[in-house]
Amino acid sequence: MTIGLTHYLVVAAVMFVTGLFTMMTKRNAIGILIGVELVLNAATVNFVAFDRYLGPDRLDGQITAIFVIVLAAAEAALAVGICINVYKNLSTVDVDRANSLRG
Amino acid sequence: MNDMMHISARSFMRLVAAVGCVLLFSSRETIASDASGVTTAVAPGGLLEAGLFYFVALAAVVSSLGVCLSRDIVRMAVWLFGALGSVAVMYFLLAANFLGAIQLIVYAGGTLILLVFGVMLTSKSPWVKFQCPKIEMLLAGVICSALLGCLCIVLTEATWAGSMEVVPGASVKVIGQTLLTKYVVPFEVAGVLLMIVMVGAAHLARQED
Repeated sequence: MTIGLTHYLVVAAVMFVTGLFTMMTKRNAIGILIGVELVLNAATVNFVAFDRYLGPDRLDGQITAIFVIVLAAAEAALAVGICINVYKNLSTVDVDRANSLRG
Repeated sequence: MNDMMHISARSFMRLVAAVGCVLLFSSRETIASDASGVTTAVAPGGLLEAGLFYFVALAAVVSSLGVCLSRDIVRMAVWLFGALGSVAVMYFLLAANFLGAIQLIVYAGGTLILLVFGVMLTSKSPWVKFQCPKIEMLLAGVICSALLGCLCIVLTEATWAGSMEVVPGASVKVIGQTLLTKYVVPFEVAGVLLMIVMVGAAHLARQED
């Protein structure tokens, strides 16, 4: 009953697919952002699991995971700013209604 | 139905937080007893690891399903908190203690709060309940389950080129040294990126006069 690499990869695959489903079916811009966060987390779990089982001495996976977390925080900050701007212009964050480039 | 989901979300959060605390304290004892500074949260291969992994995996899967199935955006955020916490415990199980702490502080403490702020600032519109057409929902479900099936088949069939042997996890000192020697250029680029993002976000969200 040893926990191996495949166990973590399968959990990450489930998280990735649910994030994809969230991005496909939500119309709220912030809901789509939450789906993106799920997908990024799944990728990070993959990086750390590969780092643990396939290259334990090199730390590459963990460093990559740190950079992914930094980029996700930056992306969330910018995306929330954009959402607030879209809300100011259109008074909704429905992505189907934000279909014009000239605000 | 929705009330039940809400209550189960809260109890899941509590359980995940409790397991995280237990792991944190056990890893602290390991640090105290280990003079070389090498940390491992749970001994690999033991029954404790298997039990904790299955519990946390269940929590992660249920929270992810809660994110994609609940309609209310605030409940989605609460379920996302459960998923992020489970991923943090998974990092502790993978002997990446520093990364687990970062996950809890930056993701669960920072990014999630930012998302909730976004929800609050943008929710006072007549179209709060955005509904996706049933046919699109069905199509997305079919595509996603097909993708999940293919991924699971590939992952269980694959053989990985590697030793598969588990060594004790790296200490924070080693991570810091690697970050400032081998990865110093990406580190600096990330710093510049964060400054640009800060300026850009302030510019985007400023008050128009």
